[in-house]
Amino acid sequence: MARYDRAITVFSPDGHLFQVEYALEAVRKGNAAVGVRGTDAIVLGVEKKSTPKLQDSRSVRKIVSLDTHIALACAGLKADARVLINRARIECQSHRLTVEDPVTVEYITRYIAGLQQKYTQSGGVRPFGLSALIVGFDPDTGVPALYQTDPSGTFSAWKANATGRNSNSMREFLEKNYKETSGQETVKLAIRALLEVVESGGKNIEIAVMTKEQGLRQLEEAEIDAIVAEIEAEKAAAEAAKKPPSKDSLV
Amino acid sequence: MMELDLSGFESCPLFPGGVVADHGENPLAAASFQLPACSDFDGFQKDAIQMTKPAKGTTTLAFVFKEGVIVAADSRATMGGYISSQSVKKIVEINPHMLGTIAGGAADCQFWHRNLGIKCRLHELANKRRISVTGASKLLANILYSYKGMGLSVGTMIAGWDEKGPGLYYVDNEGGRLKGTRFSVGSGSPYAYGVLDSGYQFNMSVEEAAELARRAIYHATFHDGASGGVASVYHVGPQGWKKLSGDDVGELHYKYYPMILTPTEQEMADTSAA
Repeated sequence: MARYDRAITVFSPDGHLFQVEYALEAVRKGNAAVGVRGTDAIVLGVEKKSTPKLQDSRSVRKIVSLDTHIALACAGLKADARVLINRARIECQSHRLTVEDPVTVEYITRYIAGLQQKYTQSGGVRPFGLSALIVGFDPDTGVPALYQTDPSGTFSAWKANATGRNSNSMREFLEKNYKETSGQETVKLAIRALLEVVESGGKNIEIAVMTKEQGLRQLEEAEIDAIVAEIEAEKAAAEAAKKPPSKDSLV
Repeated sequence: MMELDLSGFESCPLFPGGVVADHGENPLAAASFQLPACSDFDGFQKDAIQMTKPAKGTTTLAFVFKEGVIVAADSRATMGGYISSQSVKKIVEINPHMLGTIAGGAADCQFWHRNLGIKCRLHELANKRRISVTGASKLLANILYSYKGMGLSVGTMIAGWDEKGPGLYYVDNEGGRLKGTRFSVGSGSPYAYGVLDSGYQFNMSVEEAAELARRAIYHATFHDGASGGVASVYHVGPQGWKKLSGDDVGELHYKYYPMILTPTEQEMADTSAA
């Protein structure tokens, strides 16, 4: 099989594109990222690995905006992400110029996914090693949307999804606990999903909320800490409620 | 040898495969094609444009009102002083919700409107919703701009009804694009504007608006030799466009200004009828 992973353009006999699969592996090793769609807000959360003391953490933004109403978070190769984000930002403005309308979330997702696919079918290039979570509000209908793309160039819409490290556990958690939420509840759901796989604490999580009125808002560390504390308290209360009233220990 | 700098064009429409560098000496040089060798290139260019810029012999008009957009046009085609046709369709149906008008070179307008229709359909298929009038007019304007100076003659109005309501844009071969509520294009437009502007009200019924448009076209065909034939009137509403009428302007003349026969002429008319 090793002969079929030299150049991206080659299929293996059993129909695999190995370079694409290796790219997916790179995504699986990237930081955890989660996205949750609420009725009036969409929340993106990303795991923040501990910042070295001398690093200026503000220069390492993992959740970025593509336009005033679209944001993106990703898992995988960060340098590839930068290139993709720049192209997407240009496309957002180009679309505004040619049709005098902001992009819809689906349009820009289709563009990014198309770009990722192009690099799986060209000579001498490798696929982008990242999966992106793209959120935003459609400019005309105001409907919130969450999409995910992956290195193969496929994309689909989600109510909530996770990618990167331990994404399976996060997705399981979301499948069990997802319900239509709004405002702060959506933020809590996203943080709870992240906390499943990340060390608790505001300095290990980066959260951003996208609303129609205010666009993208990054939460402060203190805010995140407060919500985490709330979540812990709720968890503790739930545990206590489950435990039966204390009996005398049997001898 | 002067070389035109096309490095700004990512994909020049004339060279779909990308512009190819001529001599191949310096592959890093900007792509270009050769221009004619003459002493006064600017003068030559001006003459060429004058030669290829036929006056837009026609009358078309469109205006937005309460019930949507009315689009009207004559149907005469002229080659100099020769009337080549009295039955040209100057209102083209881009899609069931959008109309375009033809003024200038018929071939240019017909081709680019059809091309626009294709682009609009592709947009619909890709984005699962109809393109806006704004978007469609911008697509056409950008195409025409990329052919600026190459002799296209297009003076068109794009009229339609989209999610934002009725929309009307004027687009021409210079690359200009104007949003507006009342436009008339062509050699008969001054006459049409006279009637249109003085009779226009936003709150008109569809019949009143259609009659205003019809009269405006009629008066333009009366005074302008390059306009005539049939006055067509279309209406674009929320459900799409509908052709309202197509009246021969000669008959319209006698409808608006019925002949008052002198007694002798009346007698002659009666006896010949008897």
